[in-house]
Parts: sequence; structure tokens; C-alpha cells
Amino acid sequence: MPHPLLVDNPRPGVRLLTLHRPEALNALDDALLKALADAMEEAARDPEVRVLVIAGSARAFAAGADIHEMAGRDMLGMLEDPRVGHWQRIASCPKPLIAAVNGLALGAGCELAMHADVIIAGHSARFGQPEINLGIIPGAGGTQRLMRVVGKSLAMQMVLTGQPIDARQALAAGLVSEITQAELTVERALEMARTIAAKAPVAVRLAKEALLKAMDMDLASGLRFERQAFALLAGTVDRTEGIRAFQEKRPAVFNGR
Amino acid sequence: MTYQHILFSIEGGVAHLSLNRPDQLNSFNSRMQDEVLDALARLRRDSSLRVLLLTAEGRGFCAGQDLAERAVAPDAEVPDLGASIERFYNPLARTLTELPVPVICAVNGVAAGAGANIPLACDLVLAGRSASFIQAFCKIGLIPDSGGTWMLPRLVGMARAKALTLLGERLSAEDAQGLGLIYKVVDDQVLRDEAMALARHLATQPTHGLGLIKRALHASLDNDFQTQLSLERDLQRLAGRSEDYREGVSAFMAKRTPTFKGC
Repeated sequence: MPHPLLVDNPRPGVRLLTLHRPEALNALDDALLKALADAMEEAARDPEVRVLVIAGSARAFAAGADIHEMAGRDMLGMLEDPRVGHWQRIASCPKPLIAAVNGLALGAGCELAMHADVIIAGHSARFGQPEINLGIIPGAGGTQRLMRVVGKSLAMQMVLTGQPIDARQALAAGLVSEITQAELTVERALEMARTIAAKAPVAVRLAKEALLKAMDMDLASGLRFERQAFALLAGTVDRTEGIRAFQEKRPAVFNGR
Repeated sequence: MTYQHILFSIEGGVAHLSLNRPDQLNSFNSRMQDEVLDALARLRRDSSLRVLLLTAEGRGFCAGQDLAERAVAPDAEVPDLGASIERFYNPLARTLTELPVPVICAVNGVAAGAGANIPLACDLVLAGRSASFIQAFCKIGLIPDSGGTWMLPRLVGMARAKALTLLGERLSAEDAQGLGLIYKVVDDQVLRDEAMALARHLATQPTHGLGLIKRALHASLDNDFQTQLSLERDLQRLAGRSEDYREGVSAFMAKRTPTFKGC
């Protein structure tokens, strides 16, 4: 069987993971999800990799989970579902993760996109949680992340009707940060990844962590975390370099320490 | 699907779709709608397509919806006109504007109701001297559909758009050209030939680039200037990758006629 995940390093410091199950519109079956979690862990360990980009194909980022696999699991099977572990590993990626979404991002595909820190969408992109049509509900964060990102009314509408929204609506709702010509989505994501990859890695890491805290902490705790991270950075070589380069009006050269 | 009410062919990159219910002035019944939708689906799938020519048979262009299918008895349930818009008229207008190739429309006679707005969704509209455009919707209590309320103010300005749609008066082909509603008027007897010649010419041109021009112009109607500048950058980036761009530049440098493949 061909490997369902393509791994590439198209820019310095940038790793591109391309979902590649064209026959199934990149449906995230157990094997693909595991391959993705493995590849993300490997990228997290690799000091050469500073930013990750996940992409699918022109037709589909990922059209859902594998319905046939799911149909074969009863309640006990679901309780011991290996996918839960894969999703946790994907969610705990410490490096910035950008999703480049063209075409369908439905069900688990939409949930995967929402695991990314930034979503860039092509004009052709469609985001939806159609699980309700199958008599089930989103099972990998769809009800939680969608609610926090797009707000109650639209999240309820999407999850309860199962109908997708297009790229424009996703931009208006804050689900994605930019929309581009579909042919340029991956390029734009790589360009943004390159920009982030050139920043001080420790600062990037702490910034990501602090931003994610804002999703589930009260403001006072979030501010405390931010302040501690801010102080922590005072101990890095890169901070000294960044400030000095600014004063000397030259580009900074960061080395990750 | 076999077609009763339209003529449809694709040859050498030129698609020709002709409305063919001449005795009813080519008004749309549901059978004809299905046939047009079927033909459009084929066009969207055809990657060798380089131009679409839309014409009509007989003395009229299109009288819009066939009202014989809309007879409303006083005691009948209230009809849902939104359903046929969702199913047919909107997909039609959307496909004509979104097809990545030029769409030519030859208006040979009366174009009324949706029939007056379908040409507005096309890229180059020729009309025979005896053709006319009538926003007839207001006369039966309806609003202009098929994109009419969006296109008209943009093409002719708000004041004229309101006069055309609130009064429903007949607009001659020459006046339509004068208002900027259509590209040009030609004599009736040469309309079809001129439209066909235009189609043949466009089928030899850099189709990919033409499609991007069309996309940029449509997007401009609701973009602000900064957004449009960024869009131009992105589309030019795509255009610069085409084989036709290379061919165009090398032909120019070598002072020869370019041979474009459309990609």
C-alpha cells in the first residue's frame, strides 16, 4: 500500500506534510492519522524543523474520518479507540502548525484543520461538521474548538445542520486567517511558515503556548503565564540579539538559544 | 441525456449551446432547465474547453420562465419560487460567470425576464439590431432574478437600473449598447456569423490568461482597491506560469505569430 503521507522540506526550517489518499479524498483513517501523529512527533524532535505545514489536495484537505472503520466499532471499541491517542499527539505539537486548506475540510478534516495554529484557505475551501447526518457527533474537538473560534450561533448551526460553510464565511467567522487563490494556498502557507521559521524559536514556542492558554484559562491566569514566559525569554541569547539588531538597524540572526 | 429543447455541441474547444424552443420564445420549462444544467455540467468537466457560445433558435432569444408551468389557481398553495431559483437560475448565472473561459452570448430577438439577465452573466454580448431587453418581472409582481439586481446597477448605474426594473419598458438593442449593458449591436443577418467568428478567434487565444482576466474583473466588483491589487499580484503569478505566456513572449521576441494552447 502506498504511504498516505508525503513528507517534504520545501523551505529552510519548514516541513510540509501532505495528506495523500486521493482515492478517498484524504479521509483520515487510523493508518493516516497515526502516520500524521508520528510525522509530527518526529518533526517536533528535529531541530532543523521550526514550522510545520499540513496540506491536502486541490479537491480535499480531508473529507472526514473513515466511515467503514468507524462502523466496525461498538461502544467498547470506541472507548479503546486508538485514534484518541493519535489526536492527543497531534494536539501537543510544540511547533507552529499551519493548515493549507483547499476543497473539503469536513468532519475529522475540519477538526484536523482546527488543530493547526493558523489556517490559510483557498477560495474553494469548505468547512463543515457533517457527523450529525450519520447519527453521530464530532469526536475530535469539533464541538469544542469550533465553539471557541466561531462562536455559539454558527457553531451550533454547523454541528446541528451538518451543512458546510465556504471560505468567505470561514474568514468572516475567524475560522481562517486568510483566503487566497486555490492554486496559491500551499505557497502562501509555506511563505508564512518561512517567515515564522526565521524568528527566535524559543520566543515562537512560548508565544504559541501563551496564545493557546487564552483558549482555556481565565484572564488573570493567562496574564500570569504570559508574564512568566516574558521573563523567561530574558534569559535567551536570541533576545539580546533581537534587541541589538533592532538598535543597530540590521536583520537579526537567531540561533535558538 | 438526450436534448429536446437545446442544441449542444463541443468541437475544437468551442462549445455551442443554443436554446431551442422557438415556438415558446425559448422560455424555460423544467425539461429545458434540466437539459441546460446537464450541458453546463459537461462544460465544467471539459478541460479542453476554450470558449462558450450561447445562442437561441427562432425569432426570440429567451422569454425567461415559462409561465404555463406557473399557473397559480386562487385556491392553490403559495408557490415557492425560491426553489427554482436555487435549482436552476442561480446555478446558471453562477456557472456562466465562473467558467474559466470566455462566454459569448448572441441575443437574436426579445430577451425578457430571466432571459434578459442571462446575457448579463456572459462576458461578451452581441445583439441583433431587432433584439430587445425587457425586465418584465415588475409586471407580474416579481423581482429581477438570475443576478439581474446585482448586475444592472453595476453596468448602467443605480438610476437607470431602477428605471429599467421598476417600469419594465422595452429596451432596444441600440439603447442597451448605449447604456453599456451589452458589448455591441450588429445587423440581424450577420449576428450568428459574427458571434461564431468571435468564438473561433477566442478559441485560439491564451485561454488560461483570459479566464484569469475574467476572474479578476468579477472579483473587482466587490473588492476594495488594496485587495484587488493583491489579487492582481496572485493571478499574475499564476498567469506567468502558463505555457501560453512563454509562447507569447517568445513569439513577440521572434516577431512571429504565437500558437497558444490555452494552458
